[in-house]
Amino acid sequence: MNARFSLRRYGLVVALGVICVALAIAKPQVLSAQYALTLLRQISINGILAVGVTFVLLTGGVDLSLGSVVALAGVVAATFAHPGDHMLIVPIVAGIVAGLLCGTVNGGVVTKGRVAPFIATLGMMTAARGLAYIISQGRPVSNLRDDFTGLASGDLFGIPIPVVILAVVAALCAVFLGRMRWGRYLYATGGNETAARASGINVHGVKLLAYGVCGALAGLAGVIQAARSTTGQPNAGLMYELDAIAAAVIGGTSLSGGVGGVGGTLLGALLMGIISSSLDMWNVSSYYQQVIKGMIIVGAVWLDQRGRR
Amino acid sequence: MVLQARNISKSFPGVKALDGVHLSVERGSVHAIVGVNGAGKSTLMRIFIGLTEPDDGEILLDGIPVRIRNPHDAAKKGIAMVHQELMPFPDLTVAENMFMGHEPLSWMPGWVDRRRMYRQAGRLLDELGVSLSPRQKMHALRLSEMQVVEIAKSLTYQARVIIMDEPTSALSRHEVERLFGIIRDLRRRHLAVIYVSHRLEETLQIADRVTILRDGRHVVTCDRAELDEDKIIRAMVGGEFRAFGRTAQRRCGDVLLSVERLSRPPRFQDVSFQVRRGEVLGVTGLMGAGKTELLSAISGLTPADSGRIIVRGQPVMVRRPAQAIRHGIAMVTEDRKTYGLVLGMSLKHNVTLSALRRYCRGPMIDRHRENAAADHSIRLLRIQASNRDQRVDQLSGGNQQKVVFAQSLLTEPDILILDEPTRGIDVAAKAQIYEIIARLAAEGKAIILASSELPEVLTLSDRILILREGRVVAERRPAETSQEDLLRLAMPR
Repeated sequence: MNARFSLRRYGLVVALGVICVALAIAKPQVLSAQYALTLLRQISINGILAVGVTFVLLTGGVDLSLGSVVALAGVVAATFAHPGDHMLIVPIVAGIVAGLLCGTVNGGVVTKGRVAPFIATLGMMTAARGLAYIISQGRPVSNLRDDFTGLASGDLFGIPIPVVILAVVAALCAVFLGRMRWGRYLYATGGNETAARASGINVHGVKLLAYGVCGALAGLAGVIQAARSTTGQPNAGLMYELDAIAAAVIGGTSLSGGVGGVGGTLLGALLMGIISSSLDMWNVSSYYQQVIKGMIIVGAVWLDQRGRR
Repeated sequence: MVLQARNISKSFPGVKALDGVHLSVERGSVHAIVGVNGAGKSTLMRIFIGLTEPDDGEILLDGIPVRIRNPHDAAKKGIAMVHQELMPFPDLTVAENMFMGHEPLSWMPGWVDRRRMYRQAGRLLDELGVSLSPRQKMHALRLSEMQVVEIAKSLTYQARVIIMDEPTSALSRHEVERLFGIIRDLRRRHLAVIYVSHRLEETLQIADRVTILRDGRHVVTCDRAELDEDKIIRAMVGGEFRAFGRTAQRRCGDVLLSVERLSRPPRFQDVSFQVRRGEVLGVTGLMGAGKTELLSAISGLTPADSGRIIVRGQPVMVRRPAQAIRHGIAMVTEDRKTYGLVLGMSLKHNVTLSALRRYCRGPMIDRHRENAAADHSIRLLRIQASNRDQRVDQLSGGNQQKVVFAQSLLTEPDILILDEPTRGIDVAAKAQIYEIIARLAAEGKAIILASSELPEVLTLSDRILILREGRVVAERRPAETSQEDLLRLAMPR
C-alpha cells in the first residue's frame, strides 16, 4: 500500500520476467502447466510463511521463530493425525492453534513486555523448538492418516492443495491489509508508531494482531510441512524464517515498517523459487545456490533502499 | 575582534530565518544575544557551530573569512557550544567526556594516554574552580556540574569563542552564581563568550554587550550600560501592535471544557481554566514553559499525574488519545513529523486516520466515503496537492500542517487543541490557517491555541493565559494587553 506505485515493484516484475524468459529459452520444458504447478507447490510453504511475516515486518518488527513454530505445529498436528483418532479438522486446527499461541506470546512479550522483537522471537525460536522435541519425545511422529498427508500431495481440480491454500491465504490477507480498517492501522503503526498512537490507534492491539496472524500462518505452514513429509518432525523448518523474511524483503517490504504488501511478498517468493529451480536445473550445487541467494537478498534490499532516497 | 558575522542570511522553505544579520564579538568579552522565539538566535548559533551554512554573507575569524563546514570543523577553528540540552555520555567518566574524539595519545598507535588525559582534565577543572573528580561517571553529576564539564570540554579544544545557549534555565541561584564566576574567569582569559538567554535580569548582570534580534534581523547592539529590561523588551517586540482583522466580540456559549488543578511536575503544576463554546483561549509562554505538555495531557497523549478534566460538565478520563477523541477532544500537534503524520502514507490515508471508523462498513473501509472525506478536507482547508493519493512527505510544510488539521477536524471534535499551529509555515498558509481557526470558533467549537508567537495569540484569542515555568501566572484579554506585557509576564524571574 505504497501511495506511489513503486518503480522498484516494477523492477521486481521486470526481473522476474527476464529470468522467466531466459529460463524458457534455455530449458523449454518449463513452458508447461506441469512445471508451473510444481514450482508453485514448492514455494507454497515459504509463501504462506512469507505472507505471515509480512504482517509483522509491516509493524516494524521481525519474527525469527517461524521455523521452530513450523516444527512445533507439525508435531502437534501429527500427534492428532493418527488413523482413526479424530476428524481431519482436528489436527489441522490443532496445528494452527499451536502457531497462534506462539504468535500471541511473541506479541505479548513485544508489547507489554517491551522486549525488542528480535530478542522476543529469538527466545520463542529456541523455546518452540524445545517444545517440539518434548512433545515428540525426540522422535518423528509417524503413522499419519492418508487424508492428512493428502493435504500436501493431493489436488483440487488439478491444482495442488498447498497452492490452493496459499492462494486463499494470500487473498484474505491482501483484502485485510488493503481494505480493512485494522489493515490500515498496521501500516500506520509501522510507518510512524508515535503518530499512530496520537491518532487514537491501539498500537499494542495492532502488534498483537500482527504477531498472532504470523504465528497462526506459521502453524498452518507447519501442518502442510508435516503432511508433506508424512511425519511430524521436531527438526523441521530449520532456517525457514530466513527464507520467509527474504521473500518479503525482496518483494518490497521494508524492515523498518510501514511499506510492503501481499502482492510484493508473493512476487518475492516466486522469484526465489524460480531462481532455486533454475539453479537446480543447471545442476548448480546447493552450496553455491546459498551464496547466490544471499547475494540476491542483499542486492534486492540495496536496490530498494536506493530507490527510496 | 575574534568572531564576526557580516550580512548573514539564511532561509528555510517558506521562512526567512536570518536577514542580513551583523555581529561582532570581541575577545575577553561576554556578548549576549536576545530575541523572542523565531527571532533567529538558534539559526545564527547553528551557523557558528557548523550545523548549517548561511545562504549569504560571511563569517570572519580574526578578520579572515572562513567557512565552517561542520561541528568538528568549528571546534578546530576554536568555536565551541554549550547546548541547552546537554548530551553527555553518561556511562563514561568526566575526563573521557571532556576529551571525546581528541584523546591524548600515547606512543603506541591507537592507545590513549589515560594518565595524561586524567591529569589534564583535573588541571582544567581546577582552573575553573570546581571540585570535580575527572574519574567520576557523568551520570553521577548534577546538571550544573555537567555544564561545567561541557565548558571544560570547550577549553580542551582550545576554544576562543564559547557559545552558551540558555545556560541557566535549569540552575539554582547558587549554581548560576558559580557559572557566572566561571564565565568571568573565561573573560579574564581573553575568551569570547556568546550568551543566549531569555532571562533578561541575569543577562544584564553578566553581559558586556547585548545584541537584539527580531524577525531574523539585527535590531541593535549596544553596551550593557545603555540598556535596561524595558528597553530590551521593547526592542525584542518592536513597536506597538494593534490586533487587526478581529471581528466583533464573539458570542461565547456555555463551558465546554474545564480543567482543574492539572499537574505533572515538573512540567506543569496546578493549572486550572475553562473554555467555552465558540471561544478561543490563547495559551502563551516561552518555549519550555509547559504549553505542549499541558495540552498533551488534555489530549491524552501524556496523561497528567493529578487533577481533573471535565467535559460538558462530566469529569472524564483522558489517559489515551482514543479516549480524548471519543470525548470530542482533538489536538493538532506541534511536531507534525513525529506526532502528526505518517510520512510514507498518502494525504488521503493520513487525513482519515483518526476517524477511519466513520468511513467503514463493518470492518471494511468504504473507499467512496473515504475519498469523499479526503476531498472535503482538501477543499475546506485548501490543501495544495496533485491529488489525494500524493504522499504527504512531498507536500510543503504549510500543506502538511493543513493535513494534520484536517485529520483532527474529521473526528468532529467539539474541543480543538492547537499547539503552535503555524510553526514553520509561510505567510500565506498562516493567513489561511488563521481564517480557518476563526471559522471554527464561529461554528461553536471551543479552541485552545498554544503559541509562543505573540502577534498570533493577540490576533486570534478571546482570552489569553500566560504560562511561566509550568504555572499559570496571569490571564489577559487582548484589548487590555500588549506584546511587551505578555513577554514580560512570560519571562522567568
